[in-house]
Amino acid sequence: MSAKSPLSPEELLHLYRKMVQIRVFEEQAIELFGKGLITGTTHPCIGQEAISVGVCAALGREDQVLATYRGHGAALAKGCSPATIMAELLTRTTGCCKGRGGSMHLCDTAQGFLGTNAIVAAHIPLAGGVALSNKLRKKPLVTACFFGDGASCEGEFFETLNMAALWKVPLIFVCENNGYAISVPTNLSQATPDIADRARGFGMTSVVVDGNDVVAVHLAARAAVEEARHGRGPIFLECKTVRWERHSAFSAGRYEDPEEAQKWKRVDPLPRFREMLLSSGTAAAQLAKVDQDCQEEIAAAVAFAVQSPSPDAASLYEGIFVE
Amino acid sequence: MRTLSMRDALNEALREEMRNQPELTLLGQDIGAYGGTFGVYKGLFDEFGPERVRDGPLCESATVGFGIGLAISGMRCVVELEFMDFTTVAMDQIVNQAAKLHYFLGGQVTVPLLIRTPIVSRMGMGPQHSQSLESWFMHVPGLKIAIPSNAYDAKGLMKTALRGLDPVLFIENVKLYGTSAEVPTEDYSIPFGKARTLREGTDVTVVALSGTVPEALAAAESAAQAGIQVEVVDPRTLNPLDDAGIAASLRKTGRLIIVHDAYRTCGVAAEISQRMMETAFDYLNAPIMRVTGLDVPVPSGALYQNVVPNRENLLQAIQSIVN
Ligand SMILES: Cc1ncc(C[n+]2csc(CCOP(=O)(O)OP(=O)(O)O)c2C)c(N)n1
Repeated sequence: MSAKSPLSPEELLHLYRKMVQIRVFEEQAIELFGKGLITGTTHPCIGQEAISVGVCAALGREDQVLATYRGHGAALAKGCSPATIMAELLTRTTGCCKGRGGSMHLCDTAQGFLGTNAIVAAHIPLAGGVALSNKLRKKPLVTACFFGDGASCEGEFFETLNMAALWKVPLIFVCENNGYAISVPTNLSQATPDIADRARGFGMTSVVVDGNDVVAVHLAARAAVEEARHGRGPIFLECKTVRWERHSAFSAGRYEDPEEAQKWKRVDPLPRFREMLLSSGTAAAQLAKVDQDCQEEIAAAVAFAVQSPSPDAASLYEGIFVE
Repeated sequence: MRTLSMRDALNEALREEMRNQPELTLLGQDIGAYGGTFGVYKGLFDEFGPERVRDGPLCESATVGFGIGLAISGMRCVVELEFMDFTTVAMDQIVNQAAKLHYFLGGQVTVPLLIRTPIVSRMGMGPQHSQSLESWFMHVPGLKIAIPSNAYDAKGLMKTALRGLDPVLFIENVKLYGTSAEVPTEDYSIPFGKARTLREGTDVTVVALSGTVPEALAAAESAAQAGIQVEVVDPRTLNPLDDAGIAASLRKTGRLIIVHDAYRTCGVAAEISQRMMETAFDYLNAPIMRVTGLDVPVPSGALYQNVVPNRENLLQAIQSIVN
């Protein structure tokens, strides 16, 4: 490994492994969606893996993450098992949410993964409350909240920036600016090019980072986690990236310029990181082994999901209330 | 036995549970040293301090969101929304988050959140400060709803709400805050889903909600002078609703009038009426009647008196249903 890298070979390989795991998972999800095995919709995070991986690698197991419907990557990056996440996408009883949540609602509290949400921006104040609980209980834990550029236009985003900064909670805002909210590009929705500027307005440390460079994201996240853990939060990270060719596996929308659909491939973080690893001395065979392991792991996850039972309609009324 | 006002009974319930539960936290606006818009929090700030009796910014949506975040972290939270009209601003957090997280995350999180919201239907404060919107929330699965009409019930229901694990909307008509009832000094709680018969009668059942309960009792008194024995039943909670308790009274009297301040269309009366048709139709000696708020925006000033029901028009309804 290059002496210049601040990360150890093991750390770099971990980042690579998680990115490949998510990529393969999402490719399989798209395929299963095409086969009709995933009902409803599913939102791949292909092309954005560097962000969830870079950030979650800076967190400990007990630190908490909340994310959006485009959150399969965040779930896996936080340590959730691909098998129970895949089973959830297929709404099977073995899924992390017993098949109640589906693709947009993942959760595994044991991994500190407190849930993905399908209402844009609604989970941001929830993350604020989780971070406040850490502060009130004097637990040295950090909460990270992932959301998109579209979410940064919602009122709850601004409300939470204010409350989090006011109460100095250990929260990291992670904006995945992928240039689009469904079909609306940021130039039609954002008053200023950098969403990070908004956080500065609330007196917060706010950083813009290349979201397709996993090492850059990870180093920025490490610094942010360090700050937040020592009571100097909240911190804002805007990760610039490019969305996969469609909003969801389901969306049939068109771009004005069809070239837009190809854009993510030109900045794809995965081949880029691969190149970096190879050029700095990682053996190709080592990466190939990781690729192979991930393929096998996800194939097993798919098999597990497909073989798992669907919930019985008799269970519909169960669990509306605790008591 | 001593008597307490409903305001003081609620204050006592909060105070006692704040003492019993060190992690119970109150969030809202004007709840600190000021003691709450209607004085329900008086003295709590002095006893428990600014961390636990937390005044915050004016943002109903994120305030409820933070409350949910505390709740899913295992810290019980009470959030105040100063007028029921303002629940509209926090609707997503109440309806899509608090009510559903436990269910769709497969039971992994619980939401021990209590939202207190006053109804100000009888003060002439105009169209944006006078609404009774309880039926909106009754429509949504996953929210418990308490709507007490007196000090005794208010304290007992508040205790149950503060000891359970489900989200509760606690609706209080400010007109009732100053009314007094006997409240034991010993600890007690009242289960949800149990209606209370406030006056026994044999000729007609009046199911009354919240601020209409004193009107119903007054109308019943007048009716008694005319030889009509009215049974007054207060459901006390809307979810769960004591269908069986209401039906039992209806079977006894054979006639049912439902009275509430809320708009007529899709009000709680419509739901209760339909449930009674489904369960006790054969016992009805007359069509079920509704005495409700009018389907108009509540004007400012004295004209509100013509919008919400009163003892006179309720008495007319009683007289007409027995004839
Ligand atoms: C409150 C709300 N409004 C609209 C939607 C529909 N919707 C789902 S995803 C989405 C785009 C959000 O864009 P962004 O926040 O940039 O995230 P991305 O999808 O790009 O990851 C919209 C409008 C929703 N789910 N919730």
